[in-house]
Amino acid sequence: MNIGKQLKEGLITQNPVLVQLLGMCSTLAITTTISNGIGMGLSVTAILTLSNVFISLLRKIIPEQIRIASYIVVIAGFVTMVDLLLQAYQPDIAESLGVFIPLIVVNCIILARAESFASKNKVLPAAVDGICQGLGYTVVLVVMSAIRELLGSGSLAGARVFPADYAATMMALPVGGFLTLGALIALMQWIQNKAKGGK
Amino acid sequence: MEWTTLFDIALGAILVNNFILVQFLGICPFMGVSKKMDTAVGMGFAVIFVMGLASALCYPVNLLLDSLGLGYMKTVAFILVIAALVQFVEMFLKKSIPTLYEALGVYLPLITTNCAVLGVVLLNVQENYNFIESVVYGITGGAGFLLAIVLFASIRERLEFSDPPKAFRGFPIALITAGLMALCFMGFSGLQIPW
Repeated sequence: MNIGKQLKEGLITQNPVLVQLLGMCSTLAITTTISNGIGMGLSVTAILTLSNVFISLLRKIIPEQIRIASYIVVIAGFVTMVDLLLQAYQPDIAESLGVFIPLIVVNCIILARAESFASKNKVLPAAVDGICQGLGYTVVLVVMSAIRELLGSGSLAGARVFPADYAATMMALPVGGFLTLGALIALMQWIQNKAKGGK
Repeated sequence: MEWTTLFDIALGAILVNNFILVQFLGICPFMGVSKKMDTAVGMGFAVIFVMGLASALCYPVNLLLDSLGLGYMKTVAFILVIAALVQFVEMFLKKSIPTLYEALGVYLPLITTNCAVLGVVLLNVQENYNFIESVVYGITGGAGFLLAIVLFASIRERLEFSDPPKAFRGFPIALITAGLMALCFMGFSGLQIPW
């Protein structure tokens, strides 16, 4: 087992958002403030790790034909748990993430990792994979929400950087989400092109 | 039941709160299936169909769960209903309208993981819509999806011949385009019919 390699894959070479292009909806929708980004990122990491472990444990029991439905039920169970926990202990974050917490069920990252990794590997690598891919997702969310919060409302994690009058409100609206993510993926492709050219 | 409320819901779902460009629901198929016009249209109609049916079916399921005091099982129950529904629609189309089935191909099963479908059902519950309002919201939400994906596909077909910077080729330029479309749809915000 190779934790370093899995971590590098999750964060850079196989980053779930920037390279695999999975989980777009939540990435675009909730990255308006840093606290939202961190809350969503950590929730997805927790659910991804738990579902990876569980599916890896059950990989020899689940019949081939109904595997997708079984995965969705496992994932939905964990999502409901996280949803209730957030409502109980972090009601502010639960309020601002709204419908996107239950929608983690249909977040393609989790189903994709269940299908392509957890169902073929032992429990420990599956857990590490969940954590690494979750971290990659969280990092992208935090970077994106930092950019959008700074430009869109002139603050960082709630602390004011410049007066709100000078902020481009557009960046906090849906437009800003599309533009920021487009620019980030372009940056990623530019880095990959550079790396290929260097060799 | 007032026609005006229904019209308000429809207008909101199609233009003001467009599912893709304002609420960010259903981005995956929006990006994945919009390279060609005819597949985009097929996907759009399949989504209208499934969203309408899912809204209708999940309404009694929600009432049942609430009366049993199992409200916290909503997410699990709804996703199971949607998965089963998509499976049945697939089998039905295969038997009775094979041409449509062929045309939709791989996109039908993909609708299960389209967040617009689960999203519309959850929003119906959140907004306390009654049965008719739920179905109208589902169908018009799908129509908003169709509108956005058709517009986007026609832009992308032309984008094929453009020459953006190398790093922006493919996905990034498509996202920027979608961003500009979202900017246009911002013009609809505040649109209201004075009754």
